[in-house]
Formats: sequence, C-alpha cells, structure tokens
Amino acid sequence: MDTSRRNFLKLLGIAAFGFSVATRPVLNLLSRNNPARAAIGIEPTVPLAGKKWGMAIDITACLDKENCTACIDACHTVHNVPVYPNQHDEIKWIWRAPYKDVFPEAEHAFKEATVKSDTPVTVLCNHCTEPPCTVVCPTRATWKREDGIVMIDYHRCIGCRYCMAGCPYGARSFNWFDPRPYVPEINEDFPTRTRGVVEKCNFCAERLARGQQPACVEACPEALIFGDLEDPNSEINEILRTHHIIQRLPELGTGPNVFYFTRD
Amino acid sequence: MYDTGKIVTGLVIFLVLISFPIWFNAAGNASANLPEPEIVTDEEQCIEDTEFMKAEHMDLLIDWRQTVVRDGIRTYVASDGRAFNMSLTGTCLSCHSNKEEFCDECHNSVGAQPNCWNCHNIPEETE
Repeated sequence: MDTSRRNFLKLLGIAAFGFSVATRPVLNLLSRNNPARAAIGIEPTVPLAGKKWGMAIDITACLDKENCTACIDACHTVHNVPVYPNQHDEIKWIWRAPYKDVFPEAEHAFKEATVKSDTPVTVLCNHCTEPPCTVVCPTRATWKREDGIVMIDYHRCIGCRYCMAGCPYGARSFNWFDPRPYVPEINEDFPTRTRGVVEKCNFCAERLARGQQPACVEACPEALIFGDLEDPNSEINEILRTHHIIQRLPELGTGPNVFYFTRD
Repeated sequence: MYDTGKIVTGLVIFLVLISFPIWFNAAGNASANLPEPEIVTDEEQCIEDTEFMKAEHMDLLIDWRQTVVRDGIRTYVASDGRAFNMSLTGTCLSCHSNKEEFCDECHNSVGAQPNCWNCHNIPEETE
C-alpha cells in the first residue's frame, strides 16, 4: 500500500465527515428528547392567592381534659409518626409542654389560678410568617408556601439539621433511624419518612387539598380552631379579634401563626 | 506499509471480538434474558400509552413529585384528557399492586435501585 501524505489527509477528512453525519440518527434515537416527552400535560400552577392559614388554641379547653392526647394521637396516626423507644429520639408533630416552657416571658409567681407553671400547653409548628428554618436550609428542602404553610420536601432533605437549630420552638425532629419499624400502625395514604430526614407538622396540607380540616382540629374542635387569617369572616379571625391573644416568643420577629387564648 | 496481511488480519479479528455483543444478540439471543414485568390489572390503558410509560415513567414520576410537593397540584391530566390523582401508592399501585413482579422485575434486571419505597407505602407489605 503506497499513499502520499496528501491523499492520506484527504481520506481522513472524508472519513471524519462521514462519521459525524452517519452517527447523527443513532444519537437521535438514543436521545431522551424524543417527541413523546412533550405529552406530559401538567396544568399551570394556580396558587391560593390571599390565603394565610393559621390556628388558634384554647389553653383552658385542654385543662378541662387532663391527660387528653386526642389531637396528638389523631395527627401521629394519620402521618405515620414513629415512636422511638428512647425519649431523646422522639418525633413530635404536635405535643404538650409545660406552660413555663411554652411562654417563658409570661411565667411569673402570681399567675391566674387556672394556668399554672406546669399546665400542659399544646404546641406545634407555628408556620411563621418569617420562618428562620427555611432561611438556613442549604438545599431549599423546606420553604414557605403561598398559603403560609411551612413545608418540608423529604425528597430533598439531606438531614443537616440546620433547620432544627434555626427553629426557636423545637418544632422539628430528626429521624436517627429508619422510622418504619417504629410506626405503630402504618396509614397507607401517607408516606413514612426515611432515616436521615427532618420532619414536622405540615398543617395537614394533604388533607386541606382534599377539603378536610387538619387531623388535630377534627379530633378536638373545641380547643383547636383552624382557618384563613385573611378571611374577615372566618371563625379564627373572629376569635383573634375578640380575645386576648398570646404567641410563642413573638419578640423574635418570626411572626408565629399559631395563637393562644383563653375563653372567659 | 509493511506486513499488510498480518495487520489486516489482526484488525478483522479485533473488530469481530469487540462487536461480539452486537452480533451475538443479533443471532437471536437478545430476548433470552429480557425481564418480563407482569401486569395484573383489568384496566385496558395505563395513564399514558405503554411505550411512553416504559421509556418515561421515571421522568413522569419526578414531574409528579415536583408538582405535588412543591406546587401543591395533585391532579394529572393525561394526554387523552383523563384526570388522575398524582400518587405513587394511590394511583400507580392501585393497578400495579404486584410491585415485586412489576417494578422489581425490570429494576433488578438493569440494576436500578429507586429509593421510592423507603418512604412510600406498598399496600400488601403494610397490612
């Protein structure tokens, strides 16, 4: 075989051209951008404009029923909240804490007779107007929805627990273990979590989407009132306007949307 | 060029060896190890056509995840106009209730390990 440099280079050029043309249809075939993908027809997002969910909690209603855990049981059953054997690993969506811990600034020696230092108060995520947890999240796994609900995307949570440090209310819990074996009875309609994610109350976003009240409110409508704070005709709006209201650590500027009152 | 005969012979042997998977499968062995997912439902049609679901179900599910969790929209309108609740356990598994014979069949074959089931429930396993 005898060839000049000139002919060899010519041949190389033609071969390169031919290769680039001939592989094109093969690459197209392998490409994921085939026309079938355009068939995914998702409707555009329609946010609930001008809505802001909030909750009012009657402190005295809980007093009447000592050791009542109806709201906690309802929530934790619906959301597959695990019960870990060690108290340190506890997962809490809604729970009870002593009055002196919930409202440290209101704690003094001469409180009215009904509410004492160790009176249990129902607490949950405050779904703050300015949530510090969402600011510190490095993956944006937690964010505030248009309707005010502070959500966690468990798919995206990397378990760094910055949000737990950011939350002044201790409303977030971390799964140190696979929670599934510790869920007393699994509710199929709601996913469990997995090891290494943070979880908390979601104001029952999945139930609101179905037109239902949050599970805790359904279990105890006398103590818990849920509604749209910006709707002037809502029951919660009426209560907030006509009662003396306290919030948890309002001086921090988080703007908690869970309000506490006592019925006279 | 020296030793043309040896070089060409070597090239031919090399090409035959490197293309072994192609002509071996072309000779009719390709289907021997293909997974055969079992469909147990009485429904005639999945939410989209079968070819699309085979190729794109993973992207569809990611879209669903994003739309439900981030945007709060829970209804999927299929290309033929039918509406579905975007739910892995609620919608997909209501027909494909045999996860082991349906999902795992292909996933095991291609070595895919989706972590959906770490959280999402498989009905018969939770009973």
